Amino acid sequence: MTDIIIIGAGPAGLTSAIYAQRAGMSVLLLEARAYGGQIINTPEIDNYPAMPHVSGFEFATKLYEQARSFGAEVKFEAAVSIEENNDIKLVKTSKNNVYEAKAVIIATGAKNRPMGLDREEELIGKGISYCATCDGMFYRKKDVAVFGGGNTAIEDALFLSQYCNKVYVIHRRDKFRGDAADVEKLKARENVEFVLNSTVTALIAEDKLSAVEVTDKISGEKKQIPVSGLFVAIGQMPDNGAFANAVELDENGYITANESCRTKTKGIFVAGDCRTKEVRQLTTAAADGAVAALAAAACRR
Amino acid sequence: MSAIKLTSDNFNEEVLMSGTPVLVDFWAEWCGPCRMLSPVVHEIGEERTDFKVGTVNVDEEPELAEKFGISSIPCLIVFNGGKEAKRSVGVIPKDAVIDLVTNA
Repeated sequence: MTDIIIIGAGPAGLTSAIYAQRAGMSVLLLEARAYGGQIINTPEIDNYPAMPHVSGFEFATKLYEQARSFGAEVKFEAAVSIEENNDIKLVKTSKNNVYEAKAVIIATGAKNRPMGLDREEELIGKGISYCATCDGMFYRKKDVAVFGGGNTAIEDALFLSQYCNKVYVIHRRDKFRGDAADVEKLKARENVEFVLNSTVTALIAEDKLSAVEVTDKISGEKKQIPVSGLFVAIGQMPDNGAFANAVELDENGYITANESCRTKTKGIFVAGDCRTKEVRQLTTAAADGAVAALAAAACRR
Repeated sequence: MSAIKLTSDNFNEEVLMSGTPVLVDFWAEWCGPCRMLSPVVHEIGEERTDFKVGTVNVDEEPELAEKFGISSIPCLIVFNGGKEAKRSVGVIPKDAVIDLVTNA
């Protein structure tokens, strides 16, 4: 049996692996996809202390190697449930394996929020994207739309306006939540058109996206905007459904825990973007990893 | 056999005319997720003899990217008998990559 199972190998999970192992605990990391989490999509990180200009990939890889260097075992399997038997936690995975541990740290992060429209998933890579810096270059000289009004949407639109023929910014409100300086910069771009108080209501496509249907929230009027790409930036959502019976979730699906990273369930801890918190950043994910690991180690000693 | 570096010069011969299925990884240096997936693709290339594995750098081979309608990377395409049989966008685990080819 392992001392601690960590679910998720993003910055929070990997940091907790380092701290747990240095506290003398054995660790099994379960990761559903690839190590690194959301940060691997970031070309350059400029807000992590003492590491300016590092790429997300480099950061994730260094952190992964550091966590592995203490001997952590890693299995690329998705955790599908956590159960308990006589104080032992049983974590079941997508491969039908059951792993046992004395404590569990949930660090499943967050994922891009989908629009929930018909054919959305099928059109990913065929016009729908959640990452402008990853996919923007494929839309050079084409017409595209960004859906959203937060920082990510504004940054995406600024980035795309350098390469694309035309960028529509579709936003549900008439004001932007994003960084004011960036919004002003965007307004000054000649190839940017704002479609405000509007929401994307349908995707028009044969084998790839050709237009989006936009509905004006005030007049109810619908119109089609021809675009080859739609960049979706309407926020993040957690992925904790599998653990709803094991821990308490808030109304948005995040795991309830305070700064101590303890959940309401004894022996289950939570770290990073998947918990209820104000600030979801690389630094706060790493901080949570340390706090959760030391709490888990203390409770199991 | 390791992964073959594909270009517009050898694509026809290595992929479209191949007698076995070919797994092709469209990637770029600046794409973080691509760099996560690359080692997995190369590893599969070393291990498997029942299908071929190739890579296309989309910056060096924009015509190939355009021809196959690549608009998001990493993008894996399985070619079988000269035609696209399967496509997957984003980072997926090694087992899922192998399944993509064996179920094509």
